[in-house]
Amino acid sequence: MPNLKELSAKKVRLTGGHRMCAGCGAPMVVNWVLKALKDDERAVIANATGCLEVSTCLYPYTAWKDSWIHTAFENAAATGSGAEAAYRALKRKGVIDGKYKFIAFGGDGGTYDIGIQSLSGAMERGHDLLYVCYDNGAYMNTGIQRSSATPMGADTTTSPAGKVKPGKQQYRKDLTEVMVSHHIPYVAQTVPAIPGTQYMFDLYNKAEKAFSIEGPKFMNVLTPCPRGWRCDTATELEVIKAAVDTCFWPLYEVENGVYKINYIPKEKKPITEWLKPQGRFRHLFKPENEHIIKMIQEEVDRRWERLLHLANVK
Amino acid sequence: MAKRVSLSGNEAVAFGMKQINPDVVAAFPITPSTEVPQYFSQFVANGQVDTEFVPVESEHSAMSACIGAAAAGGRVMTATASAGLALMWEMLYVGASMRTPMVLAVTNRALSGPINIHNDHSDTMGARDSGWIQLYSESAQEAYDNLIQAVRIGEHKDVQLPVMVCYDGFITSHAVENLEMLDDADVKKFVGEKRVAPFALLGGDPISMGPLDLPNHYFEHKRLQAEAMKNAKNVILEVAAEYEKLTGRKYSFFEEYKMEDAEAAIVVINSTAGTAKYVIDNLRAQGKKVGLIKIRVFRPFPAEEIAKALKNVKAVAIMDKADSFSAAGGPLFNEVRSAMYGIADGKIVTNYIYGLGGRDVTSVNIEKVYSDLFSAIETGKYEVYNYLGVRE
Repeated sequence: MPNLKELSAKKVRLTGGHRMCAGCGAPMVVNWVLKALKDDERAVIANATGCLEVSTCLYPYTAWKDSWIHTAFENAAATGSGAEAAYRALKRKGVIDGKYKFIAFGGDGGTYDIGIQSLSGAMERGHDLLYVCYDNGAYMNTGIQRSSATPMGADTTTSPAGKVKPGKQQYRKDLTEVMVSHHIPYVAQTVPAIPGTQYMFDLYNKAEKAFSIEGPKFMNVLTPCPRGWRCDTATELEVIKAAVDTCFWPLYEVENGVYKINYIPKEKKPITEWLKPQGRFRHLFKPENEHIIKMIQEEVDRRWERLLHLANVK
Repeated sequence: MAKRVSLSGNEAVAFGMKQINPDVVAAFPITPSTEVPQYFSQFVANGQVDTEFVPVESEHSAMSACIGAAAAGGRVMTATASAGLALMWEMLYVGASMRTPMVLAVTNRALSGPINIHNDHSDTMGARDSGWIQLYSESAQEAYDNLIQAVRIGEHKDVQLPVMVCYDGFITSHAVENLEMLDDADVKKFVGEKRVAPFALLGGDPISMGPLDLPNHYFEHKRLQAEAMKNAKNVILEVAAEYEKLTGRKYSFFEEYKMEDAEAAIVVINSTAGTAKYVIDNLRAQGKKVGLIKIRVFRPFPAEEIAKALKNVKAVAIMDKADSFSAAGGPLFNEVRSAMYGIADGKIVTNYIYGLGGRDVTSVNIEKVYSDLFSAIETGKYEVYNYLGVRE
């Protein structure tokens, strides 16, 4: 694995000047994933409708240095799998040369919800495709509506905190585990690069490993959205760190069915450290909602224990 | 050397696909089109084609994968029907606006609800404004011939649009007919080699496709798309002329059957034309001046040409195998009647909705339409909107 200096020297494949919000995590995720490509590898990127898509490719401009396609919200995986199938056919017929990697990017809405069918289909069919979900836990682009990735208790515009209902009523779907159940060669859960942590290169390492494996791969990346999380842009990586340290978002990978937890916090922090800095959970800290925080803690603990068991950590 | 074969419509289409040998076929099964990918996947399994067959999990993904493959630079085909076409709906528009040529065989079938697996045209008539070229076929022969021509039409540099080749579910898709099939080498030569254009995902230089298009550009892009559809008219005729040289079979926007001196004409699409021709022959033997216009190209719509072909009739019945629930006639009726305005005025123009959900259309039904037309000519009295063969 190259060092930071070497990585900094790698050419940037998503240029600046795109129109993502200041502090958005998505371009960070894209850049670190694309850094893991070798210099002689070209990429074909399928992008689901969402923040990343509308902000990086406004006609007549594009921020993408690789071939990029957007067709609709629910089908980045299917669109990418079609391009990958064409690559195989054209390569076999000797019409094209060069090394291409196929990547799909989608937010949690386009991945957990409307896009899950086409994602599942593409993974099951075994396309040589890496699907990267940047999970910021809501439909941020359309005005912060709840998705099935939205954490329990979050205040969103379609799960608002009101007099009777304190935010989202359900726990988040565990899509990483759904993807593990596809028995594909590689599934990983990670976060953007956070300087000074032991897992600063976790995203890069996982992307690099994914690209070295032929077949379908899935990566789920918790990605900050200061708008939707109602947090200070400058502190968002601290919030992500809290997600890891509270075990709300464990860093792990499943290679050919074998679980490996990449980071086990020395001291598991209480879930309040993840909830507190985010305005979307502010209402949970009212005395009458204490029981909800307790429920969230219990669910995080339950999922973490299960993961430790699956990874055979004593 | 072309050879005589006995094939169902689906077989003829699948064999045509084999001869074309596309780069990618992505499909999901739906009656009555299922046989097409079924036969085709056997060709793949036997190594008779070197196509990537992508057995997707839905028609939405079939169309998405086809667009991805076509955007990558591949030659792409698929097949569907009814609800399958409806599930592709969103992507039909995307494929057309992205200008990704591909060929979609549609075995026409009724749309839900209630669910019905039999033939009518509610599926493709609903998709008529999606920006796809639509070719319709009376027989297995025509489905096969349209399929081969569709490749050339869609990929033409002035067109660059996807093409639907439509034929009637079960009636044409499953009935075995005699037809003439071209030699593999002739098909290969006719469709030519698809080379990956530089403006494709795999074209060498990076390209971005499917951007966000704001008000300052969207309208111009739609206008260009409309221009491509206009260009398709010439290209369709050019390709047909070349195909005629190869096969001796003549194709145009529509077929005129005994229209030279016809006083009463019907306008119809797909297999019902066969029944109508039989009725026309019988009525002609009785000295009745009857004729038929069978539409082959519905998109782009040959409005002026159809109107001119109807210039000398006294009465015309336009037959729709789909209702539009507009309370003002079926889709074909509205287009034909509108086309006639200012070109073929003063005619008796009526509409018959018929054959919905696979209701059999017999020669007796067609005879009734002609008899209504003659009675309208004689008495001046007639109903504009009619339902044919329904229990009232």
